[in-house]
Parts: sequence; C-alpha cells; structure tokens
Amino acid sequence: MAFDSFSAFLVMEGHGPYVWVCYGVFVLLLAGMMFWSFRTHQDIYQICKRGYEQQSKVGQPKPKAPATFTRVEVSQD
Amino acid sequence: MWQFFHKLGSPKWFYGIATRFMPWLLASGLLLLVAGIVWGLAFAPKDYLQGNSYRIIFIHVPAAFLAQSIYIMMAFSAVVTLVWRMKLADVFVKAVAPVGLVFTFLSLFTGAVWGKPTWGTWWVWDARLTSMLILLFLYGGVIALDRAINDEKSAARAVAVLVLVGVVNIPIIKYSVDWWNTLHQPATFKLTEKPSMAMEMWVPLVLAILGLYLLFGWLACLRMKTEILIREQRTRWVRDLVLAGGK
Repeated sequence: MAFDSFSAFLVMEGHGPYVWVCYGVFVLLLAGMMFWSFRTHQDIYQICKRGYEQQSKVGQPKPKAPATFTRVEVSQD
Repeated sequence: MWQFFHKLGSPKWFYGIATRFMPWLLASGLLLLVAGIVWGLAFAPKDYLQGNSYRIIFIHVPAAFLAQSIYIMMAFSAVVTLVWRMKLADVFVKAVAPVGLVFTFLSLFTGAVWGKPTWGTWWVWDARLTSMLILLFLYGGVIALDRAINDEKSAARAVAVLVLVGVVNIPIIKYSVDWWNTLHQPATFKLTEKPSMAMEMWVPLVLAILGLYLLFGWLACLRMKTEILIREQRTRWVRDLVLAGGK
C-alpha cells in the first residue's frame, strides 16, 4: 500500500477532500445511471406484459350466459 | 461482413445477442473498474509533482475517453441512419446520448476539482476545457432535439444531422492541448506511443479505462433493449418474447 495507515489514506496529505469528492460523485452518477436504466427497462417490460395479457383476455370469446326461460307473449290472432 | 451488418439491422437479432452478452459485460466491467480504482487509489505511488491529487486521473481519463468515444460512435451511427436508414443506428444514438452526457459531466467535474490543488483554480476558459463544455452542450442538444420532434423518422434524421455537425468538435478536443497554450497537460495516454507515466500508474489506468468501456457496453445494450421494446411493442416477436418471460 502507498500509505502508512488508513487515516493517511483518507487524508492523502491534504488532497483527500478533492480525491474523495471526485470518486463519490463518479460512483454516485455511474451507479445511479445503471440502476435507473435497469429500472426503466423493468418498468417498460412490465407495461408491455400487462398490455399483452389484457389483449389476450379481450381477444378470448366471452363465456356464454347461462340459458334462461322467458315467457313470451305471442298473439294468437 | 455484410451478413453481419444486415443481421445488426435486425432488432430481434440484436435483442437476443445483447441479452446473452450483458451478464459478461457487467461482471468483467465491474471487476476491471474496481481493480483499477482500488489499485490506483491505494497502491499506485504518489506523483512527484502533483502529490496525491493525481489519483483523480483513474476516473477522469476513463470518463473523458468515454465522453469522446461515445460521440464518435454516435457520429458513425448517424451516417448509417442517414444513408441506410437502419433502425438500430437511431436506437443506439437515442440510447447512449444521455450516457455520453453523464460521462462528459463527470470528466468536467473531476477535471475542475483536480484543477484546484494543481492549477489553483477550478476553471479556465482554455481550449480543452471549453471544447469539452461544448461537447456537454452538444449531448444536451441531441437529447432535447430528439424529445422535441414527435415523428420518429423526422427526429432520427434531425438528430443525425446535429450529431454530424457536432463531430467537428472531437478533433478540436483532442488536439487542443497541442494547438493552443493551455493549463491542461498533454495527453497522458496514447495508443500509438510508449506510456509517459510509470507502469505502476499506467496499468491501473488501463484497467479502469477497459472496465468503464465494458460497463458502457452493458449500459448501451440495456438502454437499446428498452428502446427496442418501446418501438417494437406491436410486433409479434416482442409479444411472444415477453409472454414467454424472456428478458
């Protein structure tokens, strides 16, 4: 290791804040972009899936209503 | 070659091949990037002139490389869009422009923070920094133009023209440190020449660059797949794929 101790590694002879801010923003933006892209893909995939499943249900023939007996008045004239 | 080119034009073929490659791209990219960063931060020796602030190089240079490479790839795709009207080329441009924007911002931000202990200032209006700022605006312009035009084909053509106009900025970025007097140091890393830095610094830098390129490959595949799902959702192959549970 290039440093004598962990605290020396963090401080980096006064350059620590500059270095760590850069690495923090880099990791935050890269991880954020990866997570957001993954999440968007999952969301779009689920929207497509729900749409196709609804279409499948609508496309299926509706089950017939059970048979009923209705008295029909028919004129004998 | 031409067969591959034709296959590449098929969203269905690309979707399948991207799904197969993505886990490898993610695993190898993360491994190389983490290895490069840990090596560079903790094990690489201190720079005799800049001290420890130079350790920012292990993210600054990879981000700047990607920022320019993505724009060059977008320019090639723009030519393909205009000449061959290949759908995937436009999908690529739309999918990676925000990634290019983020990497350009990262290279500017890390450069500015590195500039304070090294030059004594966050920012100077010199050629390298200004041309990188223009690249950031170009990425923003590409994204805004694409969102402003509703018709997909018109948007693809307009974006392709803007990308091609903006590509003139890339050689300006690259040669700005040679053409003009600037605070920015000359290129640290050249593919054609022997490295100007110590091997203990050069190897982690190469690892970080390769790792970030692989992660970009993963991001590009994922974002292109999302765009393909949106555009091709009415096609039978997407319907079959999604209903079969294929990702």
